[in-house]
Amino acid sequence: MTTTATPIQPAPGATAPAYNPKSESTTAKRAKSAIFHAAALVLTCVVLYPAVWMVASAFKPNSEIGGQNTSLWSNNFSFDNFATAMEGIGGVSTLQFFTNSLILAIGAVVGTILSASVSAYAFARIKFPGRSLFFGMMIATLLLPFHVVIIPQYIIFQQLGLVDTYVPLLIGKFLAGDAFFVFLMVQFMRNLPAELDEAARIDGAGHVRIFTSIMLPLMKPALISTSIFSFIWSWNDFLGPLLYLNTPDKYPLPLALRLFVDQTQSSDYGAMIAMSVLALLPVLIFFLIFQRYIVEGVSTQGLKG
Amino acid sequence: MTQSPTLSRRRGHSGTALPRKSRQRGADARAGYTFLLPWLLGFIALTVGPMISSLYLSFTNYNLFEPPKWIGFDNYATLFQDERFLQSVGVTLSYVVFGTPLKLAAALAVAMLLNSKRRGQGFYRSAFYAPSLIGASVSIAIVWKAMFGDSGPVDQGLSFFGINIGGWVGNPAMTMPMMILLTVWQFGAPMVIFLAGLKQIPGELYEAASMDGAGPVRKFFNITWPMLSPVIFFNLLMETIHAFQIFASAYIISNGDGGPAGSTLFYTLYLYLRGFSDFRMGYASAMAWLLVIVVGIITLIFFRTSKSWVHYSGDAK
Repeated sequence: MTTTATPIQPAPGATAPAYNPKSESTTAKRAKSAIFHAAALVLTCVVLYPAVWMVASAFKPNSEIGGQNTSLWSNNFSFDNFATAMEGIGGVSTLQFFTNSLILAIGAVVGTILSASVSAYAFARIKFPGRSLFFGMMIATLLLPFHVVIIPQYIIFQQLGLVDTYVPLLIGKFLAGDAFFVFLMVQFMRNLPAELDEAARIDGAGHVRIFTSIMLPLMKPALISTSIFSFIWSWNDFLGPLLYLNTPDKYPLPLALRLFVDQTQSSDYGAMIAMSVLALLPVLIFFLIFQRYIVEGVSTQGLKG
Repeated sequence: MTQSPTLSRRRGHSGTALPRKSRQRGADARAGYTFLLPWLLGFIALTVGPMISSLYLSFTNYNLFEPPKWIGFDNYATLFQDERFLQSVGVTLSYVVFGTPLKLAAALAVAMLLNSKRRGQGFYRSAFYAPSLIGASVSIAIVWKAMFGDSGPVDQGLSFFGINIGGWVGNPAMTMPMMILLTVWQFGAPMVIFLAGLKQIPGELYEAASMDGAGPVRKFFNITWPMLSPVIFFNLLMETIHAFQIFASAYIISNGDGGPAGSTLFYTLYLYLRGFSDFRMGYASAMAWLLVIVVGIITLIFFRTSKSWVHYSGDAK
């Protein structure tokens, strides 16, 4: 903020040797930049420490996690913990838990994409009586604590004999249950020019044509954000599976982890942490690949992590 | 955003002949409800219906196996004499009241640090955001428990500075700070939203303030805070509502029972235990509705008080 307005600006891109008054402010700028990076780097270390500690511990023998040895590095680096973790728990292999998580997550993505995009099209592009009323209700569900519906939902699914199946966990996704995604897509579609629909309508296209051949292709960024977030949310979901799934061979990873914690009771810390790492791996990979989309999605749509 | 009203008005005028227009309107209504069908079905079958039936259940005794028995306001009356319930309210409130402002303060401070055209900004933004993506997972709860356990890295680190707390996990006085640290650690999501808001503030405002001799503190309170107030309001509302609903971390860290000494008996955890381990579903429904009412009142208070401190610039809605 203290930068002095230099009377003569060098041409952009010109790397002429700076003359005196300029170089002074350059050193000030350098110092500021150094302070910024120092602060940001320290903060990065603090923020990422738990993740680094987790990964480091997963490769350590049990005796070295905690105790006197506080260094992240171990001389007894080994994959033993991962081998134990992959064996699974309760007669079910970890690979099975992975598969279950994957089925649920892919189901959630497919369901959400199909139902949210169609519903969002109605909200954003079709004029019909009651639209703003329903839109308001949809927004209200964003703020509603969902605990108010879990008990009756459980009773319904129990009476339908659907407890211990994936139906209760997925049906909401196919019915645009995550209002966040509907809202995200509505916002996105509202920013697409209305002339597109106009022109298509003059050419005789109905809403189905307009939706499938004009809107959907243009909505790719919103669809990608939705896919990423619904995958990750489903992957990390704990309460849903905890309520509905009883048999371990149907468990997704978070529930398997809980079982693992219960049964080993901290006797095998290393394996427990290794399994935690494995459970987070897909999320971390997703994040590394799609970080742009994820962070942009949050900053433009206010999505929660 | 600003162009959509004019565009939709133009669309409204496009039909020239009246009969054609009304035919179009009927077709649109049909199409509208057809496209809305998935959401509408879900809304009725999975939200409105269950809300009504949980309201009904909250006035009954119901254990899933025998038909519900109407008991009037008994559940609600019992709640306020139930010590565990009152404890869960206390635990949740202290988490919301201390955790949320701390998290948002951290988010705003870091967003202001990052709000400059410096190299590496994108990297830091992503690195700080990452915990928000994984923080509520079971894996991180397990890691948190291990890190804050007896002779875990946190204990070791603090004793290096001569602070001997021991394990946080088993100490009822320390579990709340531990849970609050877990939520503060996830400051990245509100930070990214703050950062987007900060970028919208015109730089000329700060330049003009500088010329008038305003220092950083004046600039913060006279420019940043009012200009950012809609974003602060949004983050405050969303984070508060979400803080009330914390579940997985509390469940894992306390082994599912809210211990030690009920110090992690969060509201939703107690609701779960009542409803799905004791099968007192009427009682749990009363708890759920109470939560809805409290969250509703808080939302209302937020919106009411927002008029005095949230400033929307002219062209925004």
